[in-house]
Amino acid sequence: MIKIEETHIDIQKVIELVRSDKAGAIDVFIGTVRSKTAGKNVERLEYDAYDSMVIQEMQKIVNQAKEKWPVEKIAIHHRKGTLQIGEVAVVIAVSTPHRNDAFEACRFVIETLKKTTPIWKKEIYEGGEEWVSPTP
Amino acid sequence: MIKFKVLLFGVTRDLAGKSQLDIELEEGSNVKMLLEKLGSDFSRLSEMKSLMIAVNNEYAKPDHILKEKDEIALIPPVSGG
Repeated sequence: MIKIEETHIDIQKVIELVRSDKAGAIDVFIGTVRSKTAGKNVERLEYDAYDSMVIQEMQKIVNQAKEKWPVEKIAIHHRKGTLQIGEVAVVIAVSTPHRNDAFEACRFVIETLKKTTPIWKKEIYEGGEEWVSPTP
Repeated sequence: MIKFKVLLFGVTRDLAGKSQLDIELEEGSNVKMLLEKLGSDFSRLSEMKSLMIAVNNEYAKPDHILKEKDEIALIPPVSGG
């Protein structure tokens, strides 16, 4: 359910992972690579990850979400390596009996992931490159 | 003295120019001492704000005592998602 992908994330496959007869809702967050950041034209992103700790931190987030909401299943797939504009960087799918919990739990997962999971992205833009500082 | 490797990622790997550092510290040293040592050996690291240390895949507090077989990593501010 938690995976670091080196080449491509299959969105449909991640959704299928969380299907459950007990769930009336599946909420999906898809993070994609955008072409502009702070006025710069981004050409591509390079993601670096501390794989073993990523898996452990993501598992903690899943466990916390399951304590806070009546979650059926959660799947998190995150890319590493080189990503072009428009490519999918992360997919989070959460299934719950009712929709409100799915929205809230999914949001919690992506917000916490951005704070704690040891993944770093470098923007390669016209005329330079820069490791991205965390954004709120 | 204890010797160990410190794994580097993201901006710290670029600053150091390699993916791991060999570090020697006195026995009983903690995470805070490691960060001070890294800052004095690699001045560009000392300019960075909010560097964290992970020990065996867990964020470690400043008073966490390091042991020889620990897997230690320097964690600059994360930017996943």
